[in-house]
Amino acid sequence: MKKLVIIGNGMAPGRMLEELFDKDSQAYQVTIFNAEPRVNYNRLMLSPVLSGEKTYEDIITHDDDWYENHGVTLYKGVRIREIDKEAKTVTSETGIKASYDKLVFATGSNPFIIPLPGHDLDGVLTYRDLDDVERMIETSKDGGKAVVIGGGLLGLEAAAGLKAQGMDVTVLHLMPSLMERQLDSAAGYLLEKAFEDLGITVMTKANSQEIIGKNGKVSAIMLDDGTKIDCEIVVMAVGIRPSIELAKQAGLDTNRGILVSDDMLTDDNHIYALGECVEHRGQCYGLVAPLYEMASVIAENLLEGTATYEGSVTATKLKVTGIDLYSAGDFAEGEDREEIVLRDATSGVYKRLVLKDNRIIGAVLYGETSDGPWFFDLLKKKTDISGMRETLIFGQAYQGGTSLDPMAAVAALPDDAEICGCNGICKGAIVSAISGKGVSNLDDVRSHTKASASCGTCSGLVEQLLAVTLGERYNPAVVQPMCGCTDLGHGDVRRLIKAKQLKTIPALMQELEWKTSCGCAKCRPALNYYLVCDWPDEYADDYQSRFINERVHANIQKDGTYSVVPRMWGGMTSSKELRAIADVVDKYDIPAVKCTGGQRIDMLGIKKEDLPDVWADLGKAGFVSGQAYAKGLRTVKTCVGTDWCRFGTQDSTGLGIKLEKFMWGSWTPAKLKLAVSGCPRNCSEATCKDIGIICVDSGFEIHFAGAAGMDIKGTEILGQVETQEEVMEYVVALAQMYREQGFYLERIYKWARRIGIDEIRRQIMEETDKRRAYFDRFVFSQQLAQVDPWSERVSGKDKHEFNPLATLPLEAAQ
Amino acid sequence: MNAQTGNWIAVGSLNDIPRRGARCIKNGEMTIAIFRTADDRLFALEDKCPHKNGPLSQGIIHDGCVTCPLHNWVISLETGKAQGADEGKTNAYTLKMDGDTILIDIGAVK
Repeated sequence: MKKLVIIGNGMAPGRMLEELFDKDSQAYQVTIFNAEPRVNYNRLMLSPVLSGEKTYEDIITHDDDWYENHGVTLYKGVRIREIDKEAKTVTSETGIKASYDKLVFATGSNPFIIPLPGHDLDGVLTYRDLDDVERMIETSKDGGKAVVIGGGLLGLEAAAGLKAQGMDVTVLHLMPSLMERQLDSAAGYLLEKAFEDLGITVMTKANSQEIIGKNGKVSAIMLDDGTKIDCEIVVMAVGIRPSIELAKQAGLDTNRGILVSDDMLTDDNHIYALGECVEHRGQCYGLVAPLYEMASVIAENLLEGTATYEGSVTATKLKVTGIDLYSAGDFAEGEDREEIVLRDATSGVYKRLVLKDNRIIGAVLYGETSDGPWFFDLLKKKTDISGMRETLIFGQAYQGGTSLDPMAAVAALPDDAEICGCNGICKGAIVSAISGKGVSNLDDVRSHTKASASCGTCSGLVEQLLAVTLGERYNPAVVQPMCGCTDLGHGDVRRLIKAKQLKTIPALMQELEWKTSCGCAKCRPALNYYLVCDWPDEYADDYQSRFINERVHANIQKDGTYSVVPRMWGGMTSSKELRAIADVVDKYDIPAVKCTGGQRIDMLGIKKEDLPDVWADLGKAGFVSGQAYAKGLRTVKTCVGTDWCRFGTQDSTGLGIKLEKFMWGSWTPAKLKLAVSGCPRNCSEATCKDIGIICVDSGFEIHFAGAAGMDIKGTEILGQVETQEEVMEYVVALAQMYREQGFYLERIYKWARRIGIDEIRRQIMEETDKRRAYFDRFVFSQQLAQVDPWSERVSGKDKHEFNPLATLPLEAAQ
Repeated sequence: MNAQTGNWIAVGSLNDIPRRGARCIKNGEMTIAIFRTADDRLFALEDKCPHKNGPLSQGIIHDGCVTCPLHNWVISLETGKAQGADEGKTNAYTLKMDGDTILIDIGAVK
């Protein structure tokens, strides 16, 4: 009989022996050296032991009888001191010597201890074996406070266990979301919420700095931001390190773990390595499934087999009572990857499948994990799922039979199944809107029920509901894509910018799968606006994505020259200003000067190279850019109001100037022109403006959504207010709502038609909180927007825009 | 500053031109626009759209094309040809790099 010696007695060698004895119980005489003083137990079940749901006896996999029955010599609590590869013997610290034909290293791993000051205090524990669990149970008997460092699988299980033992638990996690290696951020968020619901405090982005002790015992932990948390124990669950000291000492090849080839042999032909101490193809594993696969390979090879281990895709299940979580494979987003997401916020279900080439490569299930093994099976088998793609996310139960009708799954959903998680809209509400209110397309569903009006991920389900409910009457509206670079419409893109926190054009193009490498002249200016509007303090304006007029802050003319319009606040000017303009016109030989429709003066035909000098001279007279070129606030036209007019009811000029000074510099989806009339005679033509104010004796009538361009349209009345301050608040809030919702180049009247006049009126006039929030966001954005672009350029910004790169000597022209 | 080396004339260096931007060189009455794409390729076109002579140097640069600022014609930077349904061509010139220095051969229209 050949001799087999195993160092370590964890789950992996346990499984290996089972398989070996199954195949041939007489091939080897087995000796095990185990540093732990116990028989083999199921380490995965430590958490239920900690939480009190199981006892040690429950989790023993191989008891003393088992070893005896199989003729295995088991040394408990005995460490190996040295290995003699030549003589093929091992010797223990206690002097026991054993010779082998085959040796298996199964030394497992050690928990990683962060070398924080105070890490050696009494009360700093790891979470690895039964000793740790017993210490924890012991400490928790008196209640008290525990801090767990590490929001991974083990840390969270430890936290839940300590909580169940009656401790007050805080989890500190360095990364922004829990279990970030196994979960995407959405599931991480649900998990965090679930833990908070259990009464466990979770702190992410928490960087521990020092463990503070009193009389040699843990008393608190300090974070690098100065937060101090009192506690009696600190559990470090930040990861494991393969235990390779002995292998190193024996002269085996090691890296992070003991290096093995596909047959699980180390560089010594008589020595295998197995389990968490192994590094195979650059990978170390800490989960049980790969260890079992390795065990099976070694069992076969010990019997002269030729089995190979080719690495594992792993699945993770969190074992905390009341929390169902399953993740497997790779779920990072990528250009060549697609995903299917199902959310049900009410019942706390989140499922996400990541697909590549019609095969599942990753799965995250939260709340409802019964299909986890099925998805994992499809993943491992690389099954082509194109045939069941439409219903895949609903799980195995929906796949039976031959007909794979995607509608069937949606039709089968109960009325209270939540379709839109963002707005909490269930199927019944959508169906009754469709059949009761005659709603027949996605946009109408959005405006009637709000379903799919936020993040939009449930749009597909809503469309299926439309199809199921309306049958053949449903005619899916074709979304007008922004441009040829994408299939997404403006609305989708704006929603996704917020939902996915996209803050740069390259990030957006990547995440939203732009089909071109750097967009086109249609999408880039739109994207630039959306990002400027949505992230005013974070996004760096991309001038190369702006049209020339906004890039050089002047209006290009047909001959390539520019026109320049300085601001005249509310249309008021003075002799000094007019004189300065006259001087500039003479000095730069400007060929044409004209009054604009917005009560200002336009100088036309200026050469590009002269622009900075023209602005410098205008700036000295106090002029700033009139932004006559901008998709932004243009003019506020006024009449003379109570200052001069015998009919004037209010200070329309003053109000107009106030509005212009408050709002200048803001970017909007399309140009925004305002007017203030001092009486209903309306000399400033406020009733065909984007936003107009008509002063009346009792206050101010706010109008909006007029047009006097290609379309002619009188304004709608937003409402009436009493004071100038209210006018400011309401008008600014309206402008911000338009800024946030408008599509690029969509004038306010078109936006209003799309959103609905009533909806806008409701939000601005009736919902005080909403109005104030819009107002505040505008004000925030203005802090960064109100910089005069002309003086910036006079000071040298974007110099390259205005000077030729080179002027060739004439002889070079040939 | 314009060193003449055969037909090649040095006109500036790569970093004088912003990515996805353009700079002009004046050659008597004619203007030539030098474009730098997002991936640092350089192209030279006469700064004149074949449609209504719009200054192409002022357009938005994307994927090897420039969109004219006047009427949104899209012109290939490589060939100077109008893209899509529009027809027309502007003169394209050959460039080469000597280290960071941009050299143009204005004698040779592509």
